[in-house]
Amino acid sequence: MTEFSLAELCITAGSDIFRDETPEVFATVIGLVPRLAGSLAKKTFLPGLMMSDGEYYFAHEPVPVGPRNGYMPLKEGAIGYERVFDLIAKGNRHAFVGPVQVDQYGQMNLSCIGDYSSPKVTMLGVRGLPGNTVNNRTSMFFQSHNKRAFVPGEVDMVSGAGYNSARYPNGIFPKGLDHRRIITNLCVLDFEGENKAIRVRSLHPGVTFDEVQDNTGFELIRPKDLSETVAPTEIELAIIDSLDPNNLRKNIFKDNPNGRRL
Amino acid sequence: MSSFEINKCMTPEKIVSQIEDGMTIGIGGWGARRKPMHLIREIVKSDLKDLTIVSYGGCDVGMLASAKKIKKLIFGFVSLDVIPLEAHFRRARSAGEFEVMEVDEGMFQLGLKAAAARLDFLPCVAGLGTDVLTHNPEIKVIQSPYSSDNYVAMPAIKLDVALCHVTEADKLGNSFISGPDVFFDEWFCRAADVSYLTAEKIVPTSSFNDDYKIMRMPIERSLVAGVSEVPFGAHPTSNGPDYGIDVDHLKLYSSRAKEGWSQYVEEFINCEDYIGSVGGVEKISQLPLPVF
Repeated sequence: MTEFSLAELCITAGSDIFRDETPEVFATVIGLVPRLAGSLAKKTFLPGLMMSDGEYYFAHEPVPVGPRNGYMPLKEGAIGYERVFDLIAKGNRHAFVGPVQVDQYGQMNLSCIGDYSSPKVTMLGVRGLPGNTVNNRTSMFFQSHNKRAFVPGEVDMVSGAGYNSARYPNGIFPKGLDHRRIITNLCVLDFEGENKAIRVRSLHPGVTFDEVQDNTGFELIRPKDLSETVAPTEIELAIIDSLDPNNLRKNIFKDNPNGRRL
Repeated sequence: MSSFEINKCMTPEKIVSQIEDGMTIGIGGWGARRKPMHLIREIVKSDLKDLTIVSYGGCDVGMLASAKKIKKLIFGFVSLDVIPLEAHFRRARSAGEFEVMEVDEGMFQLGLKAAAARLDFLPCVAGLGTDVLTHNPEIKVIQSPYSSDNYVAMPAIKLDVALCHVTEADKLGNSFISGPDVFFDEWFCRAADVSYLTAEKIVPTSSFNDDYKIMRMPIERSLVAGVSEVPFGAHPTSNGPDYGIDVDHLKLYSSRAKEGWSQYVEEFINCEDYIGSVGGVEKISQLPLPVF
């Protein structure tokens, strides 16, 4: 049986969010798992996927993460910040991001925790989440699935919009609101429950539904045909290795655990 | 008056002396990239107070926060990019030291564009369904006059002054940005009553008779009231491709957020020779560009 790490399982599950994407989607992938996931999708089944080099250019080939050691990204266009805003508004974009909190509506927080005027914890700010979430497909990665991240009620500061009709004029969701998946260290979640409720889509090998539910601050939908997260193939593992030649992925989870719980 | 009589060259001190207490100041660049840091240090040194700061924030916001210059911050994020969280901003924000208007990065740009076009607002979808609207009740939601869609009416962010750092400028106020991304500098300048630039180098106008450079000259000279030659004026932020982010200096700066700010000011802001204090010309010239 093929050996793989939990990080590699999350990267492969992350690439799967692009499986039903448009052929030339612009993917914004922030953080190591989203970046490697998007890169893997481009190298395996979605060659038209558009990615940046992380700085300014559209890269023809996914840029390996970490020290470049002489590697020069192969440019095929420009994607400065102003153009990013234009493409967010145009809509054919999938943002795969790592917020700090998420709630039952898929609302995200990247701003602060606690009282808004003098927060207990100040983070980055809302960044582009308000615009991303009502214009583009949105997926998330959480390195640690627990009740501090998957909060009861609503997140402390709703930075990214979700499926909470009380927050919209006449209760109508914006046309562009389209949350897809959440990848965590325990499972893959989606928004395919009734009224866009969050559902467990697959459990990572050895994880139970109850464990996921116990670590989530709101009720999750349990589908009838709850499957196991698909393991990476040898080919996928080799591609991941080529995209991460310095093995930065070994530091995503403490002690770099096996993808199959022992 | 013919063009050769225009001379907008002035000292950085003169630029900062044009700013008044209570003004709204827009700062170009993005995060830890191409910030007019020399001017920021001049503001820290000055007696200025109660400023409203408008920025895609980095250590510009952090330094002004620790120097207690900020009455209100208009922002979408504050980050040093290579160091995601800005320690000085975090400390000051969590202490409730200034008011905030926290908006989406795209809404922020629309606010500048609205001011630049002399409009009250520009519509967008961003902001709907979020606490951006809860915490900024002055931002209204309107119905489209053409359909039942609802839009956020992002109010104009009018600036009294915009400050930017560029690669080259001439005495007329023409300017060239060599780094690939010009960010939103032209929108800060167009949203402002008046703009000032620092430049790595003041050059003759003939230097801009160049098709490559002309593609990277987003700021109309009519917007610019003053230019000042300040080599390495963006340090410790980057001015690609000439020099990268000074990560080691930003780490040291970050370590002075909870205590040691006055020591930082003594060492790096009130000093006679800033470039010398941070390692010299050769060292800064060799700072690698950020890689993500």
